[in-house]
Amino acid sequence: MASDFSTFYIFLKRDLTLAYRHRSELANPLLFFVIVISLFPLGISPESKVLQGIAPGVIWVAALLAAMLSLDSLFRSDFEDGSLEQMALSSRSLSLLVLAKVLAHWLVTGLPLILLAPFLGVLLFLPESAMWTLIATLALGTPILSLVGAIGVALTVGLRRGGVLLSLLVLPLYIPVLIFAAGAVNEAARGFPVAGQLYFLGALLSLSLTLSPFATAAAVRISLS
Amino acid sequence: MWAFIKKHSSPKYFYRLSGRLIPWFGWFCLAFMVTGLYYGLIEAPPDYQQKDSYRIMFVHVPAAWMSMFIYMVMAVSGAIGLIWRIKLADVIAASSAPIGASFTFLALATGALWGKPMWGAWWVWDARLTSELILLFLYLGVIALNSAIEDKRTASRASAILALVGVVNIPIIHYSVEWWNTLHQGATITKMSAPSIHISMLIPLLLMAVAFKLYYATVVLMRARCEVLERERNSSWVQELASDSQSK
Repeated sequence: MASDFSTFYIFLKRDLTLAYRHRSELANPLLFFVIVISLFPLGISPESKVLQGIAPGVIWVAALLAAMLSLDSLFRSDFEDGSLEQMALSSRSLSLLVLAKVLAHWLVTGLPLILLAPFLGVLLFLPESAMWTLIATLALGTPILSLVGAIGVALTVGLRRGGVLLSLLVLPLYIPVLIFAAGAVNEAARGFPVAGQLYFLGALLSLSLTLSPFATAAAVRISLS
Repeated sequence: MWAFIKKHSSPKYFYRLSGRLIPWFGWFCLAFMVTGLYYGLIEAPPDYQQKDSYRIMFVHVPAAWMSMFIYMVMAVSGAIGLIWRIKLADVIAASSAPIGASFTFLALATGALWGKPMWGAWWVWDARLTSELILLFLYLGVIALNSAIEDKRTASRASAILALVGVVNIPIIHYSVEWWNTLHQGATITKMSAPSIHISMLIPLLLMAVAFKLYYATVVLMRARCEVLERERNSSWVQELASDSQSK
C-alpha cells in the first residue's frame, strides 16, 4: 500500500497531467481576468490618478471572479466519468485526495494569475511600491479562494446548472479575503506598512487549509449520494 | 435518553405536538407584541435627540437579533441532522432559512428607514450594516442551494454544510468588515451613542424581542408541519390523515 504522501503525489500528478492535456481551457480564466480589468479604464476613465485609486480593488475583484469561474472544472469531469465516486469509495482519506485536487487546481489557475497580476498592475498605474504586496496578497489569497471555493463546487457538482448558484454560495465567503488583500495593496500604494494584513491573510490561509478539505470531502459524499 | 429523543423527534409525533403548540405560541406572541407596541409607541417618552423616529428601534433591533439567532438555530439543527440523521432537525433547518432571511431583510429595511432621517442617507457602508447585508447573502445562498437540489434529504445535508461553513465565516466576516470600515472612515455618526438605554425604552424592547421569538416559533412550526407532510407523504400516517380529512 502506498503511503498517504505518495497517494497525494499520485493524485497531484494525475490532475496536473490532465490539466496539461487540456491546455486551451486553462487560458480561459486568465483571459477573463485580463478582459475584465481592461474594461475598467474604458468604463470609468483612462486617467492615471483615478485608475491608481481603484487598481487594488479592481485587480482583486477580477481575481475573485476569475478564481470562481475556474472552479467549475475542479470536480466536474471526475464526477461525470465516475472517478470521483471511486475516490470516495477508496480506503484513502477523501480529504487528502480533495486537497491534492485543490492544490493541482491552484497550480494551474491561481499561480498564472499571480504571474500575470503585475502586468495588469502596470496597466492600471499601480505604484511600483505596491507591486510586491500585490503579489504577496495574491500568493496568500488565491489558495484560500481555491480551498473555500472547493466546498461550494463539491456541493453543487451534482446539479445541472450549478454555475450561478456557485457564485451565490461562494462569493460572500470570499469577502474577508477581498477586504484584507485589497486593503493591504491600498496601504502599500500609500506607503504604509502592510504586515498586519498579510498576517491576517496567512491566518485565513492556515484556517482554510486545515478545515476546508474536511468540509469539501463531506460535501463530495453528499453530492454523490 | 436516545429512545426518548427518537420518539419525540419522529415526524408523526412532531406533527401532533406542534399542532397543539402553535396556537399557544401564536396567542402569546400576539399578547407580547400588542403590549410591546403599546409601551413602545405610546407609553415610552420620545428620545431627547431623535424625537419619535427612534421608535422604529422596537422593530429594528429585535429583527436584527432574530436574524443572527435564526442563523445559529439553522446551523445547529443542520449539524444535528448531519451527525445524528434526525429528520426533524433537517426540517427545522430548512423551514428556518426563509424566516431568517425575512428577518434580515426586515432589519435592513427598517434600518434604511431609520437611517434616512437620522444620518440623511438610506444606506451607509457601516460595519454593522455591511455584515447584516452579507448575512442576507448567506441566507439566500442556503435557500438557493436547498431549492436547487431535488432530493430533500440531500438538499438538507448540503445546506447544513453550507450553513456550518457560514457559521465559521460569520465572525471572520464581521471582524474583517469592522476592520475595513475603521480603515476607510473614522468613527462617524453611525454609532448609536446612547450611553445606556432608559428603562422605559428597554422594557418594550425586551417585550418585542420575546414577541419576535414567539413569532418565529409559531411560523417555524407551521412551516415545519407542511414540510413534514410533504417529506412523509408516502408514509402510512400521512395517508391516514389525508383520508380522515377527506371523509369528514
